[in-house]
Amino acid sequence: MPELLQFAFSGLTVGAVYALVALGFTLIYNASDVVNFAQGEFVMLGGMATVFLHLAGVPLPMAAALAILITVGVGLALYAFAIDPARGSSAVTIIIITIGASIFLRGVAQVVFDKRFHALPHWFGSDPIRIGGAAILPQSLVVLFGAGLIVALIFLIIDRTLLGRAILATAANRLAARLVGIPVRKIVALSFALSAAIGAVAGILVTPITLTSYDVGTLLALKGFAAAMLGGMGSAVGAVVGGLLLGLAESFGAGLISSKYKDAIAFLIILGVLFVRPQGLFGKRSVERV
Amino acid sequence: MARLLSSRWAIVLGLGLVLAALPFLFPSNYYFRVAAIVNIFALAAVGLNLLMGYAGQVSLGHAGFMGLGAYSVAIGATHFGLHGLAAAGIGAVLSGLVAFLVGRPILRLKGHYLAVATLGFGLLIAMALTNEASWTGGPDGMGVPRLEVFGTRLRGPDTWYYISAGVLLLGVMLALNLIESPTGRAMRAIHDSEIASRVAGIDVASYKLKIFVVSAVYASVAGSLMAFLNGHITPDGTAGFLRSVELVTMVVLGGLGSIIGAIAGAAVLVILPQALTIFHDYEHLMLGLMIMASMILLPRGIVPSLLARLRGGKS
Repeated sequence: MPELLQFAFSGLTVGAVYALVALGFTLIYNASDVVNFAQGEFVMLGGMATVFLHLAGVPLPMAAALAILITVGVGLALYAFAIDPARGSSAVTIIIITIGASIFLRGVAQVVFDKRFHALPHWFGSDPIRIGGAAILPQSLVVLFGAGLIVALIFLIIDRTLLGRAILATAANRLAARLVGIPVRKIVALSFALSAAIGAVAGILVTPITLTSYDVGTLLALKGFAAAMLGGMGSAVGAVVGGLLLGLAESFGAGLISSKYKDAIAFLIILGVLFVRPQGLFGKRSVERV
Repeated sequence: MARLLSSRWAIVLGLGLVLAALPFLFPSNYYFRVAAIVNIFALAAVGLNLLMGYAGQVSLGHAGFMGLGAYSVAIGATHFGLHGLAAAGIGAVLSGLVAFLVGRPILRLKGHYLAVATLGFGLLIAMALTNEASWTGGPDGMGVPRLEVFGTRLRGPDTWYYISAGVLLLGVMLALNLIESPTGRAMRAIHDSEIASRVAGIDVASYKLKIFVVSAVYASVAGSLMAFLNGHITPDGTAGFLRSVELVTMVVLGGLGSIIGAIAGAAVLVILPQALTIFHDYEHLMLGLMIMASMILLPRGIVPSLLARLRGGKS
């Protein structure tokens, strides 16, 4: 029993990160139909930039804030220099561009930073808290709480502000949104900035537990994408639920079946979902018009 | 029809002449090696182009089949004592079979979903190759015994250049024939509109599956050739995600639906990084930039863009 609780804890912690990556995916996907494979690099940049700024003597909170700003800058640059010039290209072309961007960002990180693993100090010490025979790191609670806060914030923005309405309108119908005077390109740029910020925060929160290096982004992006699909592409609630479920499935799968194939479990689930219910848990069924 | 035929043979003849003439320009074995790698990737790209450019289906996991082909050769020879050619044949059949089994459910998906499903599939193969270390040597890879035919050991990049060139020519010839066959016409119809072709009585699912299997066999043969040429293979080097991305980039960069384009795309993506090896640390950076730049600046691909320019100049 304590093992199962332990698996649940670690699954939720990892799942919270997947949820944030998936949420970032969903924001960009809704605003622009772009599937952004560079989403994982935002997480990497957030963690790595904080580590190196901190090493350079910047106090940790300041380093984290700067890292988020840098990542937002990268997100905006990605939109301005790679996505916007390719407007109107096919979905596959855009996917390849974002994959290219992710390889590029990894290459830059490898040159600017280095190729080693790095950690950040735990925020509230690394003595585990014991609950029902299982141990949970205080940092895991930070990750869960932080992720919850971000999700709540995003939902508030989307639901309660004029900006959120503009994002929703852009997601629903870009042409109609432009016709009623919404600056669609600015909204799309904003979605890139927002999703970069979310990724960076996820990276900063989780680096004390999982460590970070220049190449952690790829797998995170794939799993975030998988989580978004599990929840249903375009659904923000789905992204969060999908992320948590994926984290849990991985953790239980690794614990009970095989840790070697931990990463495979995620993809087997995704393939299964795609075949049984391609629209995901919360997605709407798509109908093709001739 | 006569003109079509002649243009088809013109392509094969032209390519054959180029492949035969190139060695006269090679100052060293190193050039043979790079050219052989180009041939091998071109073969895989030609196969993938059938799937992407003609049937309109993307696969982000095609390197998985290259991995199957490469490891069939290595495992067949070291663990079962099979002859290299037999092992390569088994690899091709195995890849076709795997493609046949996973193809039906996967190819029902579209767009992003198809992309992520194929990507996941490729990743699973790479993961299995990495994890089953007792068979595959794990992440460090395994050696491949030299191929022996009629008592001669086939080694040396020049030998493998000629072999890979021959296989590439054969692959191009088969692909061109396939495109001009009724299957090819059905494929292009599917590319333009699945629903319209279904209404016209084309069995969409079975044609897509057929092409998927064919393209998997191309990739598998390319993988086997790669294993023979290098003498040592790793999961990442043959079946990794980056390889799959490179293959797709070759096809799109060269031009969807252009056989010569696939070869040109392979040449660019193999040769450019070789030319840039001085910037070793900047390898990923350069590759990423290249992929982005080619997609943004030449979204229709090198060969179709050039052809359009030539035609524009005439009129």
